[in-house]
Amino acid sequence: MQREKSLIRSVGFGLAILFGMIIYAYGFNVTKVNFETTRSEKRLTQLSRIMRALAHPSLFVYEKEELEVIAPIYLPCPKAQIQDYKPDTSKAYLILTPNCAGPGEIITVEGYNIWPNTKGPINFLALSGVNLTIGNLQSDANGYFKAKVELPKRQPVDVAQMIRALPRRNIGNPEFSDVAKSTWDKIIETVFLALLATTFGTLLAIPVSFFAARNLMSSQKSSLTNVAFSTIGWPLGILIGLQTALTFKSFAMQLFAEDILIRSSIGSVLGIGLTWTVIQWLFPKNQTQSNLSKHKTVQLVTVTLCALMSILTIYMIANLALVLGQALIEPLGPIGFVGNFISQLGDVLIMVLPAATALLGGGTLGLAGNKLGQYISDNMSPRLIQITNICATALAGAVIGGILGNIIDWFYQLDDPQKALYLPMAIGAILGLLVSLRISYKHPIPIGYVTYYVTRTILNATRSIEPLVMVIVFVVWVGIGPFAGSLALALHTIAALAKLYSEQVESIAPGPLEAVRATGANRLQTIVYAVIPQIIPPYISFTMYRWDINVRMSTIIGFAGGGGIGFLLQQNINLLDYRAASVQMLAIAIVVATMDYISAVIRERFV
Amino acid sequence: MLEIHNLTKIYDGKVLAVDNVSFEVKKGEFLAVIGLSGSGKSTLLRCINRLIEPTSGQIMWNNIDITSASQNEMRNVRRKIGMVFQHFNLVSRSKVITNVLSGRLGYINPALSLINRFPQTDIEMALKQLDRVGIADQAYKRADELSGGQQQRVGVARAMMQEPEIILADEPVASLDPVLAHSIMQYLEKLNKEDGVTILCSLHFLDLVHEYADRAIALNQGQLMFDGPPKEIDDAKFRSIYGQEAKRVG
Repeated sequence: MQREKSLIRSVGFGLAILFGMIIYAYGFNVTKVNFETTRSEKRLTQLSRIMRALAHPSLFVYEKEELEVIAPIYLPCPKAQIQDYKPDTSKAYLILTPNCAGPGEIITVEGYNIWPNTKGPINFLALSGVNLTIGNLQSDANGYFKAKVELPKRQPVDVAQMIRALPRRNIGNPEFSDVAKSTWDKIIETVFLALLATTFGTLLAIPVSFFAARNLMSSQKSSLTNVAFSTIGWPLGILIGLQTALTFKSFAMQLFAEDILIRSSIGSVLGIGLTWTVIQWLFPKNQTQSNLSKHKTVQLVTVTLCALMSILTIYMIANLALVLGQALIEPLGPIGFVGNFISQLGDVLIMVLPAATALLGGGTLGLAGNKLGQYISDNMSPRLIQITNICATALAGAVIGGILGNIIDWFYQLDDPQKALYLPMAIGAILGLLVSLRISYKHPIPIGYVTYYVTRTILNATRSIEPLVMVIVFVVWVGIGPFAGSLALALHTIAALAKLYSEQVESIAPGPLEAVRATGANRLQTIVYAVIPQIIPPYISFTMYRWDINVRMSTIIGFAGGGGIGFLLQQNINLLDYRAASVQMLAIAIVVATMDYISAVIRERFV
Repeated sequence: MLEIHNLTKIYDGKVLAVDNVSFEVKKGEFLAVIGLSGSGKSTLLRCINRLIEPTSGQIMWNNIDITSASQNEMRNVRRKIGMVFQHFNLVSRSKVITNVLSGRLGYINPALSLINRFPQTDIEMALKQLDRVGIADQAYKRADELSGGQQQRVGVARAMMQEPEIILADEPVASLDPVLAHSIMQYLEKLNKEDGVTILCSLHFLDLVHEYADRAIALNQGQLMFDGPPKEIDDAKFRSIYGQEAKRVG
């Protein structure tokens, strides 16, 4: 029995080894492993040429001076007697042996009194003015050189043509080459590309990470009525918010058609002042719950007005920044880019505001829907709740179906409202109906888990696409350059960091959370007072790590058109200019190593 | 002021933690909750401020039904119920004063609190509470720089910031040495006697129960085994609470 078992085991082991060998054999086959190529002489010389070029980065250039030394040559030898060439031996001179020869023949060129230890080309100066390089010279310490050169195959000429030696030497101090200068420009671009991508990616990843944290989301449950009403509320709010923002935008555009600087300054100041006053009135410093509910309707109206006013004010400020920034570019001179920055910020504000307002509107109405649902389930009879549930859930299903249908329509251009709108809405409504009939009206729906899984799925999908691939889409959108690169890197940073962050949130100590919740703190307060203090150190650490990755990533994102040094590197590799490529590689190595060091220092300090 | 009727908590539909428990707590009482580890003391205390949702039963507090209160009502209820924990549950990287001030979160304007702004009166109150537990000089240290006993005093000060009518203390001295344990218990006693705060405190050691509590209730496997003055716990009662093989120590 025992022996049989061990026999089976050894046979199994042997088979496993055989199987492993087959796998690796197939691997060799697919990856076309061929060690013969590594020994071929031609490839080895190519390799050494490239390696040597890489070892000589063209960082510096010298100003050069040349010494022109010439001697006559007859090609081919004429029938008549050749005049003897008598050079002035006190200066540099050339001796050719022989001084006449046929095309393609080899002659010896000797130079005397040349600058010692210099290099340079040996040229053949044809009668027609054509200048051919036929060899190189390298003088010794005494200023002597000897070289064998092959004469060119040219039309026979009777008179003497010239052999010229051009020894060159460096004068003055070395200067940075053009390659070094452009590499410097691009490496700066690269570092800032990584900086912007990391900053914006981090800022957006932090809120997202809370939605992807299991321990924060798992406790969020609400009844079907709440979920249905807020599902209806969200898209409605988004639509209203978007419309409001766009209306205000066109209103602001009309308002600032002329005298834009003065009008928008006055508008901004007025707007800020008014909003501030209203907020002060709304939220006095020591205010308790009871006096809040006293004039709830009044408060609701003022809050809404206040929100609308702030939207208009932000438009005014954005317009002001846009115009002011543009106006500042000239007078600021060398730091004119600050003006451009201000103006771009204004532009971003104008661009982002409709989206923000839409989200705000969606959030508000979603919350209102939630409250309405809560009110209904708290105050109505079970029968009434059941009926409300069926209607609301069917409607919510239809809304979701309609949205999905619209998305599909956008991608696949169905151009058929029957398929794109009515059918999905009907399916959604039926599904909603089924859900409302299946689930008891009191049953809490783990809406937090749903949010958690949806967020996780989106993050994982986004993270699995490399920024090098993402940048292709962004290049089409915003054109080739570092802007496309930073957008792609930022997007990938959001996805990757949000996942890492959320795992940190999941691993915090639950005790303080419980303690802060027990004091009556609301959800946001709990996050600010119990979650955030615990996650600051790992967040800093992960942000530094990501900054590291982004610097490395930004060096190659230029391969796909994303700007930065990668663009130069790829160009030089394609042009076979390995000495220039070497400069860029060197720059990348220095920057990555420096960033690595700096991030290590910062991590040590904060964590 | 606090009435608990037929409270039951079943975790995940399987583990029965609190089994049909009913009792009353009078205003100004110092009530000890005793029982073995895992007998449901912590669950019981956490059901009272609904950190844990009870499965069934009713909790009435000042004529408010806590078990069916909405989120907004819970905020108002919770801020009047202080809580002290076995492992202190301080935010260790925050300053002591921030930890104490977080006791005011149920009162202050949520928007301002998000940017760490507390009214001046609250800051003065926090310093006063720290002074009361004798660690005013540690106010601006990080919470994790304090010793265990000091940390629990911060915990008590945090609960006091809520101006509570009742304090739920979940084994407040179980991770402290006997000397520190008495000092913390004395602070709770002071709050009970001087400020009239009702105290509901789960304890391990019977000598502490005898010394500080007016009344004790005992849980065994989630069931209420005893309700009365601590001196009534005789050997028979003791065995029914702690099991047949248990021996009295201390």
